[in-house]
Amino acid sequence: MINIEVNGKTIQAEAGEMLLAALNRAGIEVPTLCNMEGLPATGACRMCVCEVEGQRALVPACAFPIADGMKVKTHSQRVIEARRTILELLLANHPTDCFYCERNGSCKLQSLSVELGVRSHRYTGAKDNRPIDESSPAIVRDSSKCILCGRCVRVCENIQTVSCLDYIRRGSKAFIGNSFNEGMNVASCIACGQCVAACPTGALTGKNDIGKVVAALKDPNLHVVVQHAPAVSVSLGEEFGLPLGTDVMGKLHAALRKVGFDAVFDTSFSADLTIMEEATELVGRVTGGGVLPMFTSCSPGWIKFIETFYPEMLPHVSSCKSPQGMLGAVIKSCYAEKVGIEPKKIFSVSIMPCTAKKFEASRPELGRDGYQDIDAVLTTREAAQLFKMFGIDLGKLEPEAADSPFGERSTAGKLFGASGGVMEAAVRTAYYLITGENLKELKLEALRGLEGWGKEAHLDINGLKVGVAVVNSLGNARKIIELVKKGELKDIQFIEVMTCPGGCINGGGQPYGATVERVTARMKKLYDLDATESLRLCHENKELQRLYDEYLGKPNSEKAHHLLHTHYHERTPLT
Amino acid sequence: MTSSVSIIEEVQKILARYPNAGRDQLIPILQEIQGACGYLSREAVVEVGKQLHIPTSKIYGVATFYNQFRFSAQGKYHIQICRGTACHVKGSAAILDALVRELKINPGETTRDGLFSLEIVACIGACGLAPVMNISNNFHAKLTTQSIPGIIKSYRQQAAAAKGA
Repeated sequence: MINIEVNGKTIQAEAGEMLLAALNRAGIEVPTLCNMEGLPATGACRMCVCEVEGQRALVPACAFPIADGMKVKTHSQRVIEARRTILELLLANHPTDCFYCERNGSCKLQSLSVELGVRSHRYTGAKDNRPIDESSPAIVRDSSKCILCGRCVRVCENIQTVSCLDYIRRGSKAFIGNSFNEGMNVASCIACGQCVAACPTGALTGKNDIGKVVAALKDPNLHVVVQHAPAVSVSLGEEFGLPLGTDVMGKLHAALRKVGFDAVFDTSFSADLTIMEEATELVGRVTGGGVLPMFTSCSPGWIKFIETFYPEMLPHVSSCKSPQGMLGAVIKSCYAEKVGIEPKKIFSVSIMPCTAKKFEASRPELGRDGYQDIDAVLTTREAAQLFKMFGIDLGKLEPEAADSPFGERSTAGKLFGASGGVMEAAVRTAYYLITGENLKELKLEALRGLEGWGKEAHLDINGLKVGVAVVNSLGNARKIIELVKKGELKDIQFIEVMTCPGGCINGGGQPYGATVERVTARMKKLYDLDATESLRLCHENKELQRLYDEYLGKPNSEKAHHLLHTHYHERTPLT
Repeated sequence: MTSSVSIIEEVQKILARYPNAGRDQLIPILQEIQGACGYLSREAVVEVGKQLHIPTSKIYGVATFYNQFRFSAQGKYHIQICRGTACHVKGSAAILDALVRELKINPGETTRDGLFSLEIVACIGACGLAPVMNISNNFHAKLTTQSIPGIIKSYRQQAAAAKGA
């Protein structure tokens, strides 16, 4: 540790680290638009400039290494004046249509303008008039709102190793785009939405489908049903000012009914269903000499990733649809028959922490006879917007239960929201399927936590040795695929992959401003539910057992295969 | 050099001269490909990406950073319009506008009939003739916006005559 002087006070810093990191640790707020913790600094936005004694010019704190005895001023008149000018220059070619912007109220540029007291438009620059790219079912790109901070480029390249975005051209003509200026649908984008979460402005946003849902709710000829994913209820409360890590499941059901949905289902129910199918598939592969290790298939960004970058590995992927896909299929088959409504007249909505789920819902494999199983996907953010539009203050509602026949869930199904949760749920049920008994210790500590790499467990199930591994973020997925290809993971039979760092609790559709603190609180709540509730095993879900008894038969039966399983195909975008 | 098969063959031939190439050899490789094929096609960029393990977005990002790379085949007549200082002072911006209007393409593009391609160059060292442009090694000096349609027309006629003969 070395000492530096900041604003007349001594603070401690580590040799070699950048000034901004030391300032942040000491609780000194310095504005930045481009800095990303854990990723190399680019010094692109210049908002974090500070005065360092002995330096002629102001220095960007994010890219200026600490030196012993350094004297820094973070908020001198000169610094503040410079920051305001930089911000005004960033605004020079920025559209001033904040009213109509998706990020109105959550935009970093907007909040900095407030903070720095920008009250006039002093500079005017040529606006970027490239058309808005709406080609993707999940992500919208509006380069006129881009400030070229490069956060999306770095998250796409360094965290996800997809690299579908980069700086195109240079200088004043530079913009963020895909190869050959193609749309996001033609590029190798896997729709995860981590770029959307990283974008400080409205340049990258999730596709907004609220209008579609509101129109369906208004249509008297449609029976509108909704499902909500496991990670939604532990993060949605943040949008309504509830304490971090509040589970609003019951309130969410009440809110959805208030908005006018005819039936409210829980995707955690179909997470339980996924586990029945997937654990059965795994046991079949392990005992029957199938392709191993098997990869999970619930995360649609991951599926598009492997279809694009490792099509030769597709036989390793479980054939199970994701919980969204499974519930969508049983809603328009089993449920439709039960209530006597034609599938065509059911409008099926899902609320997901994810932008890639919008892409998944558009996959032709997820539907039959000319209709899609899921008609619209709303992200957690859009759900919050919908409730606000209808004047609903979530915190004030009395909790309600979800609707039968897909309303009950185990806490294992709920764990799908966190990295490691699918595996934990699957191990519990696989153990039961093989031994006919339940595990004595249900908690698998080794698989828990936000870490993206290195979570592994080895089990001995009646002499059958099963090794499982958990990774999250696609950079780590790529790493583990390479190990599998080299034959270095002989003792691992089952691998859980989630696209987003930490899992769905940090999905691309979650409330903006996800920090480690927020994501940890969401995760902790999921595990708290598992520790305190009594239904902790997917296979003990009564409504699920009824679905098998009355409709599907056994797991992996022909009917189950028809409705709950899918297939994948190689994609050849401009990678 | 139009079929994608021959482009890929050409690219592979060039890449064979760069064993174990990485990011640092990307630019010379792209230069050689443009030298051989006249431009950087999608097929070529995808092939380079595959061989060098670089995402195409990165290659495209690098290639668009430099003015020297083009992404469509050159036309039968390649127009280089000088935007150097002397030509600028003599009104080359208006000449460029006139060309864009006449050809209905932007700089870096090729007309649909494949006859013309347009490129902006910095200074071609003929400042005394400013504003000046070079069409397939024929210099056109002291241009005016009024002279542009006539010059373009003469090349169209030349192409039509060559076709007829």
